[in-house]
Amino acid sequence: MAFQAWLAECTRSPRKINKMLETNNLHKSFEGFKALTAIDFKLNEGERHAIIGPNGAGKTTFFNLITGHTQPSSGEIRYKGNLISGLKPYTIVKLGVARSFQRINIYPRMTVFQNVQVALIAQKNQHFRFFTKAHNLHKKETEDLLELVDLSEELEDIAGELAYGKQKQLELAISLAADPRLLLLDEPTAGMSPNETMESIQLINHIAETRSLTLLFTEHDMGVVFGIADRISVLHHGQILASGTPEAVRQDTEVRKVYLGEEIGNGPA
Amino acid sequence: MTDPMTRSTLMGCVATLVFLLSVPLFHSAYLIDVVTEILIYALFALSLNVIIGYSGNVSFGHAAYFAIGGYTNAILLTTYGWALVPSFVISILATISAAGIVAYFCTRLTDIYFAMLTLAFSMLVWAIAFKWRSATGGDDGFVGILIPDLIGDRTRFYYFTLILVTASVALLWSICHSAFGRTLVAVRENAVRAGFVGVNTRLMRWWAFVIAGTFAGIAGAIFGMFHRGMYVESAFWTQSATVLIMTLLGGMFSFFGPAIGAATLFILERITNEYTEYWPTVLGVVLLVILLFLPDGLSGLARRVHAFTTKNK
Amino acid sequence: METLVEFLRTGMASPGITMLLNNPNFVLIQVLNSVSMGMNFFIIAAGLSLIFGVLKVINFAHGAFYMFGAYIMYSVTETMGLNFFWGVVGAGVGLVLLSAAIERTLFRFVYDKEHLLQLLLTFALVLILGDFAKILWGTEQYSVSYPDNLAGATNLGITYYPSYRLLLCLLGPVIFLAMWLFIEHTRWGRITKAATQNREMLAALGINVPLIYTSVFIVGSALAGIGGALASPFNSPTPGMDAIVIVECFVIVIIGGLGSLWGTFVGALIYGFVFNFGSVIIPNGQDIFAFLILLIVLLFRPWGLFGRPEMEGH
Repeated sequence: MAFQAWLAECTRSPRKINKMLETNNLHKSFEGFKALTAIDFKLNEGERHAIIGPNGAGKTTFFNLITGHTQPSSGEIRYKGNLISGLKPYTIVKLGVARSFQRINIYPRMTVFQNVQVALIAQKNQHFRFFTKAHNLHKKETEDLLELVDLSEELEDIAGELAYGKQKQLELAISLAADPRLLLLDEPTAGMSPNETMESIQLINHIAETRSLTLLFTEHDMGVVFGIADRISVLHHGQILASGTPEAVRQDTEVRKVYLGEEIGNGPA
Repeated sequence: MTDPMTRSTLMGCVATLVFLLSVPLFHSAYLIDVVTEILIYALFALSLNVIIGYSGNVSFGHAAYFAIGGYTNAILLTTYGWALVPSFVISILATISAAGIVAYFCTRLTDIYFAMLTLAFSMLVWAIAFKWRSATGGDDGFVGILIPDLIGDRTRFYYFTLILVTASVALLWSICHSAFGRTLVAVRENAVRAGFVGVNTRLMRWWAFVIAGTFAGIAGAIFGMFHRGMYVESAFWTQSATVLIMTLLGGMFSFFGPAIGAATLFILERITNEYTEYWPTVLGVVLLVILLFLPDGLSGLARRVHAFTTKNK
Repeated sequence: METLVEFLRTGMASPGITMLLNNPNFVLIQVLNSVSMGMNFFIIAAGLSLIFGVLKVINFAHGAFYMFGAYIMYSVTETMGLNFFWGVVGAGVGLVLLSAAIERTLFRFVYDKEHLLQLLLTFALVLILGDFAKILWGTEQYSVSYPDNLAGATNLGITYYPSYRLLLCLLGPVIFLAMWLFIEHTRWGRITKAATQNREMLAALGINVPLIYTSVFIVGSALAGIGGALASPFNSPTPGMDAIVIVECFVIVIIGGLGSLWGTFVGALIYGFVFNFGSVIIPNGQDIFAFLILLIVLLFRPWGLFGRPEMEGH
């Protein structure tokens, strides 16, 4: 009997599994300047994928397209098989895609607690409840999230007055509050000290693990990239140069040419 | 402004309420009239602050909803002889509809365009009130509003106003301190971020506008009945300017600030009119002073003084 | 309800439509009315658009400047008995002085502040300037006569038409051309355009940016005053005219697109046509028509016909 079942399993036609995120022939131009060209990108569920490339390569533009901040000039973006290019940011968030920003994008004049609380309220679709008192709404959940990013001491502090590193953590907490399945982090450790960076790597891995998140992030710090990513894509002048495991990318000739200036055929200098 | 009431604010509210309840006991018709009108303007200014303070947009045309509420109520009561309750209710519905339509257009745009558009709509309302003589009395105003006997006398009308205004303020308080209110403030603080946590910011601002218009309509309806007449000036941009300055003067970053501003400005106007006809200049100067020196208004000033004195204890 | 139905019915079977269909000269007259009105509005609104384009400030008091222009025209022609031409000059000079004074004292404090603050400041100005006009000229009804040599009508073949209005039809395009040439082909114009993009850079290059700002403000405001002076024979100086004019200007620049000179020109023409033909078809309906166009533009192209989409809200 077991053999029959095994045979049936082998001969069953494969189900089509949708990629977590997929872009097809994605292009973006700004008034003549081609920011992204023919991007075909695939992201699997549960993957931790880093996008690297020099400044101006188009990383943030790519994120902006995925999250609905801007619209593609042509091409499509699919999340779990569904078309999301053309949707408004808040709709895309509701589908399970959250992001953090490269330059801190919090509510500077509100308290740390309120910053996260508001995101939770929105996640639970309670932001049109006119008579639900806001004061201690979702207190436990907010505090738990803030504890996760080590901001329990600073609950009542004004967000804009926090140190830079702590604001970055708050940034992370806000994006997590949306309870995403896909998390985009735009340079999560930019401007951090080596210690803070180490802690961030641990935190991000922990979060991705415990919440079964798919992670897509951009970084300049290779230590962070290799510490978190299981796949890397290299973006250069708006095109994907290479995509694969960290080792594969390291050995890729195109990448080496661009980054290390090597000619094909010559060995490392 | 979305935090629960502090002890001092609560005491202030209670004290004010006690005073307001006892006003008729002073047997001064003048006092009753002044306080009635201050209550109306306080509600008007508090409603505007939902747009300005809470949702972070400036409306230069809030008088439109005041006027629509006032005129509709006046016409239904007098021209058609309706009873008070249905007339009032329909007036509010009319105001809500108007606010809903206008908000649909205005929320598509950013600050400057938003502000100018609200002005344009309110001048349209003014133009309609001006030209539709048969309904509104045009330039001469709609006079002789029929008031039900129940609230016909001064004291009864005062308590009627007090009850309505207190109920409205309580409702506004709940709304502003609700999950909606706090999210609205977040939209004001960082609309982009709010969008990226899943908030439909345009819809939030639409609701804020409609809520504000509703309570302005209530204030307008009471106003018309109080003066036994509605005049086109109530829809002109100067009325919008006045209530705007009341809100800013009192302080847009506090819930009760605009009410304080309304009382202050109203009294200031009464005093100014005793001595000169150039109230608009005084109003303009007050606005300049606020803009240059007191951006968070009187309540903000009070808060800073309070913080300063408690720090030095 | 009955009045609304009545209102619409007069429109449908209006004597105006019949006249339009039967008399070509009537049509020509309305066309010329629309163009002359549009051109007058262009002169005024161009100033608003220019000031916004460079300084990023919507000057509410622009309507008050218009009003001052009209009143100055009255003083110069009726009180002092001088020629109409001097009235226009007087309006221009008067507004240059007034706007320079305001810009130097008040505006320099708010260029770096939020837009909201600037807007409210100009709002305060309207209140104060309104009273200022009242102090200077009182509240009586004044009227300004047409200039002597243009008071009559010109024979256009099919019909006669007031010569003064014909002048306005010509003046509009002339001023448009002058402004366009100035902005595109002079050093001042190019610097002004650059200032809209990056004023820090300009300052770093040693250019006196505050002076540029002041000059733009003065020119824009003078245009308002001149527009008011030119309009005064058929739009008499009255208290409260500033509020109406600023709203009309605003409708025009929204339709055309803030900051676009060509947009203002087209927007002003559209407004002129809608206003005139609207009031022929439905008397007393002018304001409604203009607002209808405004609403349609806002529904489909909120940044105006020639504006840029960055104006849209979140």
